[in-house]
Amino acid sequence: MTRNGDRTALDPLIARPREAPDVRTATAAADDWATVPPPAVRPVCTEAPSVYAVRTEEDLVTVRHAVRAATVGLGFGIVDQTRVVTAASELARNAYAHGGGGTLTLEPVRRGGRRGLRLTVRDEGPGIPDVESALTDGFTTGTGLGHGLGGARRLMDEFAIETAPGRGTTVVATRWTAP
Amino acid sequence: MTAAGRAGVPILRLGDVLVTGLLNELDDTTAAAFADELTNRIAADGARGVLVDISRLEIIDSYVARTLMELTTMARLLGARVIVAGMRPSVAITLVELGLRLTGVETALNAEQGMAALGWRRTQQPRGEAPRDAQR
Repeated sequence: MTRNGDRTALDPLIARPREAPDVRTATAAADDWATVPPPAVRPVCTEAPSVYAVRTEEDLVTVRHAVRAATVGLGFGIVDQTRVVTAASELARNAYAHGGGGTLTLEPVRRGGRRGLRLTVRDEGPGIPDVESALTDGFTTGTGLGHGLGGARRLMDEFAIETAPGRGTTVVATRWTAP
Repeated sequence: MTAAGRAGVPILRLGDVLVTGLLNELDDTTAAAFADELTNRIAADGARGVLVDISRLEIIDSYVARTLMELTTMARLLGARVIVAGMRPSVAITLVELGLRLTGVETALNAEQGMAALGWRRTQQPRGEAPRDAQR
């Protein structure tokens, strides 16, 4: 098996800090190292989905960080990163505030040559009786401004919502990188 | 004067202006505590202007937007003018798409312009007189 060897070969970031007897090279390597995302965010960049709990206010902060890291890893520009993180924040807050808590799933996706990030926000709450109204700006039953759901839809390229009274709410939203 | 309260951010007083800012790690409780604390400080310090630097905020969602709007209104009721300074361009674009205009919230490109709008000017050194620490 050459698996370990391959991984090292494919990943200069792992190999680099272990070499470097030259002081200047070592400094440069250390600087490079500081600018790459920390190893903790790497699994997000693989094609496997990551699931995050949305049960507390701290979870909302964690989710924003995770979504940011995922968009950076997928090569989204700064405005698109901000759009996706903001949409995720709105959707996660809905699940937390109205749905009694839930989960957010992050999934890197591909279509043609484009990469994208799919957010799935699920709660087991009371559901939304009138989805059309809920998607209308200014409609609110909670503490926000009533732009959350409709706003999140505008910030994402694809947006689907599945809900029924008593059966919770699931929102699936995807944003694609620029072609 | 610089003690950070529950909200965890310092609120500085410069004359009759309070200067503060929001950090990126803003959760809902912190945002609400910040608005509370700042409102109390406006009354306690008799502030007539408030500069809120938001250049560290990487996103503004509808909750934070609402907090800023409420803060501005509460301050105005107390006779103080709030200027929100330093919004990132990506945040501005996203806010507009989200449908949020921050109605009633006065803004400035950066803290310096915000302070100027509140009546603070960078003063020139008096002529012929070297600044005291110029020798060091």
